[in-house]
Amino acid sequence: MSAVFRPYSASDALRSDRSAGDRLRHRQKIREALKENIAEIVAEEAILTRGSDRIVKVPIRGIKEYRFVFGEGSPRVASSGDGEVQKGQVIGQDQQDGQPGNGPGPGGDRPGVDYYETDVTIDELVDLLFEDLQLPDMERKRLREIEVDHGTKRLGYRRSGIRVHLDKKRTLKSKIRRKVATGPREVRTEVAGEASARLKDQTGGAASEEQRFPFHKEDLRYRRRVPDVRPESNAVVVCIMDTSGSMDVMKKYLARSFFFLLYQFVRTRYQTTELVFVAHHTQAREVGEEEFFSKGESGGTIISSGYRKALEIIQDRYHPSLWNIYAFHCSDGENFSSDNTEAFNAAKELCDVCNLFGYGEIKSDAEYFGATSMRKIFERLDAENFHAVVIDDREDVWPSLKAVLSKERTDPQQETAD
Amino acid sequence: MERMYETSDLEAWDEKIREKVEAFGLTCYDQEFEICDHTQMLGAMAYHGMPAHYPHWSYGKSFERQSTLYNHGAAGLPYEMVINASPSLAYLMSQNSLCLQILTIAHVYAHNDFFRNNVTFKYTKAGSVIPSFKARADRVRDYMEDPSIGINKVEPVLDAAHALSMQCSRNPAIRKLTQEEQRARALAAAQPPADEYRKIHKRPEYVEPDLSRVPLEPDEDILLFIRDHQPRLTDWERDLLTIVHEEAQYFIPQMETKIMNEGWATYWHREIMNSLDLPQDIYLEFLVRHNQVVQPIAGDINPYHVGLKVWDDIKRRYDNPTNEEIERDGKPEMTGHEMMFALRETDRDSSFLRRFLTEDLCGELGLFEFQSQEGSLVVTETVDEGDWKTIRETLLRSVGTGSLPVIKVEDADFEHSGTLLLSHVHDGRNLHPGYAEHSLAHVYRLWGRPVALKTQQDGEDVFWYYDDEGFRDAA
Repeated sequence: MSAVFRPYSASDALRSDRSAGDRLRHRQKIREALKENIAEIVAEEAILTRGSDRIVKVPIRGIKEYRFVFGEGSPRVASSGDGEVQKGQVIGQDQQDGQPGNGPGPGGDRPGVDYYETDVTIDELVDLLFEDLQLPDMERKRLREIEVDHGTKRLGYRRSGIRVHLDKKRTLKSKIRRKVATGPREVRTEVAGEASARLKDQTGGAASEEQRFPFHKEDLRYRRRVPDVRPESNAVVVCIMDTSGSMDVMKKYLARSFFFLLYQFVRTRYQTTELVFVAHHTQAREVGEEEFFSKGESGGTIISSGYRKALEIIQDRYHPSLWNIYAFHCSDGENFSSDNTEAFNAAKELCDVCNLFGYGEIKSDAEYFGATSMRKIFERLDAENFHAVVIDDREDVWPSLKAVLSKERTDPQQETAD
Repeated sequence: MERMYETSDLEAWDEKIREKVEAFGLTCYDQEFEICDHTQMLGAMAYHGMPAHYPHWSYGKSFERQSTLYNHGAAGLPYEMVINASPSLAYLMSQNSLCLQILTIAHVYAHNDFFRNNVTFKYTKAGSVIPSFKARADRVRDYMEDPSIGINKVEPVLDAAHALSMQCSRNPAIRKLTQEEQRARALAAAQPPADEYRKIHKRPEYVEPDLSRVPLEPDEDILLFIRDHQPRLTDWERDLLTIVHEEAQYFIPQMETKIMNEGWATYWHREIMNSLDLPQDIYLEFLVRHNQVVQPIAGDINPYHVGLKVWDDIKRRYDNPTNEEIERDGKPEMTGHEMMFALRETDRDSSFLRRFLTEDLCGELGLFEFQSQEGSLVVTETVDEGDWKTIRETLLRSVGTGSLPVIKVEDADFEHSGTLLLSHVHDGRNLHPGYAEHSLAHVYRLWGRPVALKTQQDGEDVFWYYDDEGFRDAA
């Protein structure tokens, strides 16, 4: 029996990341699984707190390694450690009962949770979300572009310029071109030049026989640089929400999911995207995000108040000639009937200034009957950039948003009147 | 106060340890130690310590999981890792203190001795473990790089094969009968039993055995069965199934002897450390570390703890039996160490615990049985109030490969439809239906024709079926 010690060497350690390939493959698998479950994931509470580089934990399915294992009911043995145990004593909760647990299940012989949790940033998630939709760039307001200076960029070549912009490769090419153009005999020497010259060098032949062919001023080529000005436009998402007594926590949550996704989408399309929150019951106020989603109010509903407030904010701060405006209103559809006409007119005005104006009616099943519905009234609104959807449930959020956005997609040429 | 040390210090200590190892009568393969940092250790763990291993995403997953746990402080890393090979290969963490390194080296030699001498490891071909893992890795990489195959085809086959890798015969000492022997056995079984009074008895009717059935006897090696009986598999697919099967066969002995092996190594590192005449600071640290290792884990089985207790008890029973024990079992014919060395050759966890986990030990270890009831884990049996034998039986069923269900191939052409019929040998424990569904999908992927599984759920016979329309419960 003998023994060998192989000492630690840091350089080996640096090279020894042998699992890198398999980790990459695993990440790819997670990404695929994420994509499959994306509709469920985006409705998760945790991701709705914005912050693009924030990492969220999302549960995904389909990354488990399945094998035949025993089910939950089978008895197990453990040692009690220090503590005494008695028959019938509850020693813990079964972690693996279908609940999303902490971390991946054990790879061994116990069935784990059917979920696998992974960390993603909101940005990654949003990329995944919109990756497959293949939405074209949104229609941007033509006359409303702001020119943003991005420094300079390269654009073609020219014959004069400053030294630092000299393009050696092109200069050489144009020299060769000129050389070829000057006569056929010289072409031969040039074409065979490289090889024969080397041969001559080796054999000690007279390489210097080749004629000198110097650069000429007209061979010189310079890179051309021009100022890079890109037209850009900004966008603002106006979130309008009914905060009257009938909007309960669940409805607000659905609204929030919807606003979140809309914001994320708009953000992928514009350099700067701002958010405005308008809460209304019988009166409208502009509020902060926190308050918008958390604070409940009571009382009746006058929808037009919210629209008027939004219009006012747009006039004040986001003039339609400079901003792409996306407005969305979430409500449970109940309105004082005296306000209906006024709301309709205000909605029409909003359609005029916005790229897209959406109306989401959040209903629970029980409320379908009897109650007045704004949606009915909005059916008469035939502006092309208006879209109304109904959201019943968490699962509806993503399809509804897709529906709204596809509206945008099918009418790419729409022009909004000023 | 941490002592600084160099590799030469370790070599000096190793020299002393090896003297002790030989004096105690442990017989080991040659030993190689590799000092590594935590990243290397994590990498080694992900690939079961193998210096070369074929790539698969599951190892990346395992690496990430381990390193996340480690980085969040939720789990430490083992002080060492040792693989069954000749020469044996062990990894030592470079961050270990000198005391830990000495302890670990002693621990590693005992594992090495166990690998070399225990009967379960006899079939693992220790001499060629590392080259054969390398050769398998190369083959898999070749298939992945082959433009006509590629990783996207290799991966699903490996996924499916991994799902079934443990559905194989667990004891290589039980020889698998050849086709001819199975035929002979079937024919012999069909013969009427010898009957002294056959002259006066009615002659029993001879029922011809069905020799066309494939397999003749239920076959546990599902991967090999599919490899040999699925004509549409390509050569590389067959090779992948072989590769995964061979690896599983290599690791099964380690599962089968977990408690014995860890107990054995813990017993001997303690003996060696105690005999080494250590400087006081190292000795005190050793006591602390040793106690951490054999700490019972509440709500689980710590193999170091249970294993050591049982070995200690064996030693005591053979060296200093109580009067009661002498009355019951007679005077021991061997010394404690003789008995221990004999057992480390012949036994595996299930037999070891069945023979030597006594009622007193169960009580001392505080073993209890528990079960999941409506989402809570409820204690169902304790040594004080219940039957300790029930607890032992439950433990025996869950050690080693007992924690995995036995599933056999019954028929390769069930109902003459090409359906592969599997049957689960139900021992009172139900299969996890969700997992079974996904696993059947893997079988289906390999078999290429419908597959069916016979099992029981809470006493009811169930029949699960998987074909191109997916999973179906056809009870």
